[in-house]
Amino acid sequence: MNAETIYLDNNATTKVDPAVVEAMLPYLTTYYGNPSSMHSFGGQVGKAIQTARSQVATLLGAEDSEIIFTSCGTEGNNTAIRAALAAQSDRKHIITTQVEHACVMNVCKLLEKQGYTVTYLSVNRKGQIDLAELEAALTGNTALVTTMYANNETGTIFPIEEIGSLAKSYGAIFHVDAVQAVGKIPLNLKNSTIDLLTLSGHKLHAPKGIGALYVRRGFRFRPFMLGGHQERGRRAGTENVASIIGLGKAAELELTHLPQAVKQEKQLRDRLEKFLLTNIADCEVNGDPKNRLPNTTNIGFKYIEGEAILLSLDRYGVCASSGSACTSGSLEPSHVLRAMGLPYTILHGSIRFSLSRYTTDAEIDRVLEIMPGIIDRLRALSPFNSDAAGWLQEREEALAI
Amino acid sequence: MWDYTEKVLDLFYNPKNQGAIEVTEENDIAVVFGEVGSIACGDALRLHLKINVPADQILDARFQTFGCTSAIASSSALTEMIKGLTLDEALNVTNKDIANYLGGLPEAKMHCSVMGQEALEAAIYKYRGIEVEHHDEDEGALLCTCFGVSDNRVRRIVIENNLTTVEEVTNYIKAGGSCGSCLAGIEDIIIGVQEDKAATTARVEAELNRIQQTSRGLTTVQKITKIQQVLDEVRPMLLADGGDVELFDIDGDLVKVILKGACSSCSGSTATLKDAIETRLRDRVLPTLIVEAV
Repeated sequence: MNAETIYLDNNATTKVDPAVVEAMLPYLTTYYGNPSSMHSFGGQVGKAIQTARSQVATLLGAEDSEIIFTSCGTEGNNTAIRAALAAQSDRKHIITTQVEHACVMNVCKLLEKQGYTVTYLSVNRKGQIDLAELEAALTGNTALVTTMYANNETGTIFPIEEIGSLAKSYGAIFHVDAVQAVGKIPLNLKNSTIDLLTLSGHKLHAPKGIGALYVRRGFRFRPFMLGGHQERGRRAGTENVASIIGLGKAAELELTHLPQAVKQEKQLRDRLEKFLLTNIADCEVNGDPKNRLPNTTNIGFKYIEGEAILLSLDRYGVCASSGSACTSGSLEPSHVLRAMGLPYTILHGSIRFSLSRYTTDAEIDRVLEIMPGIIDRLRALSPFNSDAAGWLQEREEALAI
Repeated sequence: MWDYTEKVLDLFYNPKNQGAIEVTEENDIAVVFGEVGSIACGDALRLHLKINVPADQILDARFQTFGCTSAIASSSALTEMIKGLTLDEALNVTNKDIANYLGGLPEAKMHCSVMGQEALEAAIYKYRGIEVEHHDEDEGALLCTCFGVSDNRVRRIVIENNLTTVEEVTNYIKAGGSCGSCLAGIEDIIIGVQEDKAATTARVEAELNRIQQTSRGLTTVQKITKIQQVLDEVRPMLLADGGDVELFDIDGDLVKVILKGACSSCSGSTATLKDAIETRLRDRVLPTLIVEAV
């Protein structure tokens, strides 16, 4: 690839901040001691981990003792769900949504086989849940309500505190998968209804392979990983020291950058979105424009297929993502967009651009320059150009059955 | 990211023969198109053909495709492949031919080549006034309800492409790629096809053996080849014991072999060995063969 990379796929992963790399390096070279060791060479590493814990806690408005380091968002979510069920072992009902990440969805599916009943809350066309549906689903048997903070594909933000209040009123534990929210919007857990919250390092300019789980003080926590006494016995396994230091540094940097980044990303995102919507026919935004991550836009381009758009962008070095069937291993388009009830014309041609604080005006200009041509070219290749084409509707109905 | 060949990317970025063909009033010329897929499925192809009626030949082919990179490349490849072919020749184009033209497709994208072959068939059948839009033998019980695939179509694709796993079937025609409730049904079909194939192979082999046993009509070359085959099977066992055997010459039914190594130094074992090889050759090649160690 000759073209310079324009990275607009920050909901997938982010660039590691050079300051993060710099903070980590000594812990891969000089300070290689084991924090559990009974010598000061290891002990100094343990102290550095405590600093990192404190940095992460500060970003969340939490206390140090409420942070457990994990290996990733998937581990955090698995741990949280199991811990919640262990804490309320007499309750056998879980509430989640139809648009969760696979690491929540598949755990819930397994739990259904292990005797749990799971309610998957529906979402509307904007990807938003209905609080009345949640309230109707809650019972005294509900052990856990687990939802995302913000959706990875559309950026739609759920009404977290309202969900939490309802969960509390039925005595249910509230877990939030905030992998897409931490580092993108300010959070404060101090007076929150959230009991457990998952975050992932590589979504906020720390490396892959590190994450954290927030566990509200006083929560009866049962560990997922058993072994040594690391993380006060709540997550066994020798610490991924350098990455923990990196996550701490990234959290500290987020605290400084966040207010400005939110504004800048939103302004660039809005400019990108507005231009595409006004200059390209037959496209629309998927998601909730009012409650949405400032860095994310998901746009459906009718009559063309997402993977073909991505490969066309790739030629110019532009990285984006799509919920189309052809981009995934499966043959079905994204479960999130399907749950939103989007028509097939939109589903297959949906493209997500997700920005970061590194995104520049010039990069957005470049994307705006090439997008109309890409869409025109693919539409010229397509046999479809209106919703009225008879032969495709027929099959659509057949499939809807 | 999919591992596309250069050819796929080239035909995606610079597709040949895109667009429709205008209907013309010229004598002896027919314009027709065939369609497969739908927006719901995520890919669709409308293939346009310009046909020289007296010659029954494709003069021009164009495509309109809704789909991913490989769907567009497969469509473009197909149009390049069939220009100039007679309709009968074109009907022989398989999805494998399309994939090969592209230097291969990722397994999960094989269905793109199937779509090309099916659109071609649809166009030609339409031109010939044959009502069926799909293979006659594809009529059957609906197996995959998500993608509308019949059991007979699964069977045909399994046989034509020599597929052995459910995953491959899904890659080729999507069946089983959604809710997964038909996966067991697909597996049953694969097992059925494999059993049929094994039974056929066994029958053919038995027949061949019978012919070999009874026929004296082997040419010298055939005889040598068969003897060599049997000796090659025996050699590893001999080598393991430090010996060896090599075909030296044949003269009618007399097979002259050189017995080497550890075996040749022991006359008793050589005799045993000679008898063993002779028995085997008589059994496998000709019952009248005589082995002689030289």
